[in-house]
Amino acid sequence: MSQSNPVKAREHLKPPVTEVGVLGWIHQNLFNNWFNSLLTLLALYGLFVTIPPMFKWAFVDSLWFSGPEACREIDGACWSIIPSNARFIFLGFYPEDQQWRPLIAMILLFVLVFYTQNRKSWNRALFPIWVCGLFVMGWLMHGGLGLPVVETAKWSGLPLTLILALFGMVGAYPLGVLLALGRRSKLPVIHSLSVVYIELIRGVPLISMLFMSSIMFPLFLPEGVTFDKVLRAQVAIILFTAAYIAEVVRGGLQAIPKGQYEAADSLGLKYGQAMRLIILPQALKIVIPPSVGILISAFKDTSLVVIIALYDVLKTTKVTLSNPEWMGYSSEAYLFLAVLYFIFCYAMSSYSRKLEKALHTGH
Amino acid sequence: MSSAVPFWRDPRKRAIVFQILVLLLVFSTVYVLFSNTQANLRRQSIATGFGFLKVESGFEIGESVIEYSSADTYGRALLVGALNTIKVSFIGIVLMIILGVFVGIARLSRNWLVSRLAGIFIEVMQNIPVLLQLFFWYAIFYEAFPAPRQALNPLPGIFLCNRGLIMAVPAKHPAHLPMLISLAVAALLWWLLARWAKKIQDRTGRIFPVVRTGLGLCLLFPALVWLAYGAPKAMDVPVLQGFNFGGGVTVSPEFSALLIGLVLYTSAFVAEIVRAGIQAVTRGQIEAAMSIGLRPGQVLHLVVLPQALRVIIPPLTSQMLNLTKNSSLAIAIGYADFVSVANTTINQTGQAIEGVALIMAVYLCFSLSTSAFMNWYNKKTALVER
Repeated sequence: MSQSNPVKAREHLKPPVTEVGVLGWIHQNLFNNWFNSLLTLLALYGLFVTIPPMFKWAFVDSLWFSGPEACREIDGACWSIIPSNARFIFLGFYPEDQQWRPLIAMILLFVLVFYTQNRKSWNRALFPIWVCGLFVMGWLMHGGLGLPVVETAKWSGLPLTLILALFGMVGAYPLGVLLALGRRSKLPVIHSLSVVYIELIRGVPLISMLFMSSIMFPLFLPEGVTFDKVLRAQVAIILFTAAYIAEVVRGGLQAIPKGQYEAADSLGLKYGQAMRLIILPQALKIVIPPSVGILISAFKDTSLVVIIALYDVLKTTKVTLSNPEWMGYSSEAYLFLAVLYFIFCYAMSSYSRKLEKALHTGH
Repeated sequence: MSSAVPFWRDPRKRAIVFQILVLLLVFSTVYVLFSNTQANLRRQSIATGFGFLKVESGFEIGESVIEYSSADTYGRALLVGALNTIKVSFIGIVLMIILGVFVGIARLSRNWLVSRLAGIFIEVMQNIPVLLQLFFWYAIFYEAFPAPRQALNPLPGIFLCNRGLIMAVPAKHPAHLPMLISLAVAALLWWLLARWAKKIQDRTGRIFPVVRTGLGLCLLFPALVWLAYGAPKAMDVPVLQGFNFGGGVTVSPEFSALLIGLVLYTSAFVAEIVRAGIQAVTRGQIEAAMSIGLRPGQVLHLVVLPQALRVIIPPLTSQMLNLTKNSSLAIAIGYADFVSVANTTINQTGQAIEGVALIMAVYLCFSLSTSAFMNWYNKKTALVER
């Protein structure tokens, strides 16, 4: 019986164990020729040299919830600097008894963002919802209408970072769209003014704009008129971001086929109507993913306000580090901040990649 | 003569009126700001104009490419700052391109582990603000590294401590200048050789190994000069003197932290650009190149790279500019770049407008000259279409 069915026996013949399953995967992806094998071994050696000591430093020998004295005794990381100073790092100089307000404002912001990231909620209601949300956040932060007023000089920590990035984007978008339209305009004066503005701003570093806001704006204003430092930095960030948005939007405008412009003209629409009803809705849809990219860089760039002595989350961390009790744990504090920034930026960038795929409908 | 159409219905005339109105608005805004500024400057009795450039500065600068002391003028201090900016940007751009190309190719590797590690590097570096990275590397230097007495000594002649990186260099010798000249001659020969080789290739189709020969010349010439001068081998080795090192070359912690931070941050973006550029070359091109019998190295060198470079160069230019602009963050960790020196100048003289205008003008110069050069290069490599 056993030798009567050779065909069946062949069916059961399995591929070599080195070509399938885990071993096969390893062979194909890590050791398929001598060069790749060498690379893999080198990479593994590099990981072996770096990862275990770092793991030991960060997790085995480390302290998480202790006082500064206990940290002096150990070789590992002193993560305790974060929980012990969390309140100051996140909320800075905001009055202690009022700190529930920025907390609620941030939670509200996260809820709004979470609601918006679902494309099912992109409808006419979204815009008024955001306007209301921003208004409530502003009211919570600033006070008035029954809440004690907290002037902007006391705004600090994470809320300041988020506000500068968010309002920077919200304020810069309309200006950026106008500049992009101006750059595409056939009127020579409008065109050249837009080009000069965009190229000038894109040619200089943000820090020079921030310097301008902190030391030149006061000179521009008539005697007796002042407005505060946070607002001035916010204006600088808006003016700066607008130039970058203008270039992104211009890309979107250029991607709209000429037929769309001509169709709008042949319907007898005026310039404003054509832009508002035909061109911009299509162009702005194209530029949503690169706009998220600009939001990410605006978010990262807010950290530059450290240099003009605004207390964003990076500055509050530096202040904590200058406290003699916690001096010398910079690596831990900065790594924590890096993780914080990374989570925000990575979430935004992977969302923008997802959007890019979903919105890619072509013409 | 009366036209049938009133002027507000004629789009051409309306456009002119509209533009005049916009111009008026811009000019009046500028005028208001200017007169406010004038009044404010008079009230605070701040001097105007660039006269301060010739005044003695009275502050020291930590590191400088040219001779400088506090007795020199503000103008010279600003020049020192500008040269420091150029120094860090130039070295940074070279390292950024090398590291970026390396990581970008690693990202495309068929080796899963290498490609993943490159991917992690790119994501981590791109998503952390560059200022935070600068603070981190600077903190590593002054907190994690030991004092000069316990300096780390990873390789003979190289010391790492909280005063920076201290290296042994060849001691000064009269052979060095002729060696440099011979290197320049070799580079010139390389250039001539490349032109000649292209002519030969255009005529006969034969390929001359230009790069190998050129590199060989660049090594051979200085080596011959070095031997001719009796092969001086003396080294200027850093020695611990009291609390610091004497001799050798010191790279300050500020410069190192700035360079490391800028290069790591920007090379992550360059890696993505390189990856996208290589992926933009269609598979058919590679298959066609292989089917006419080119070796893998030739496929890369003759077919993939020339096409990928066209896609890579424009975004690469903007990353080079980004690195230059981000080098202005040096002020946060105390490296004396242009912005930092200008800021000190503003604080001492109170002439904020001139200071900020100088900062903007200098960076505009950097930006415009880099983009002019890259536009020229781009035109040279761009596809010549019908």
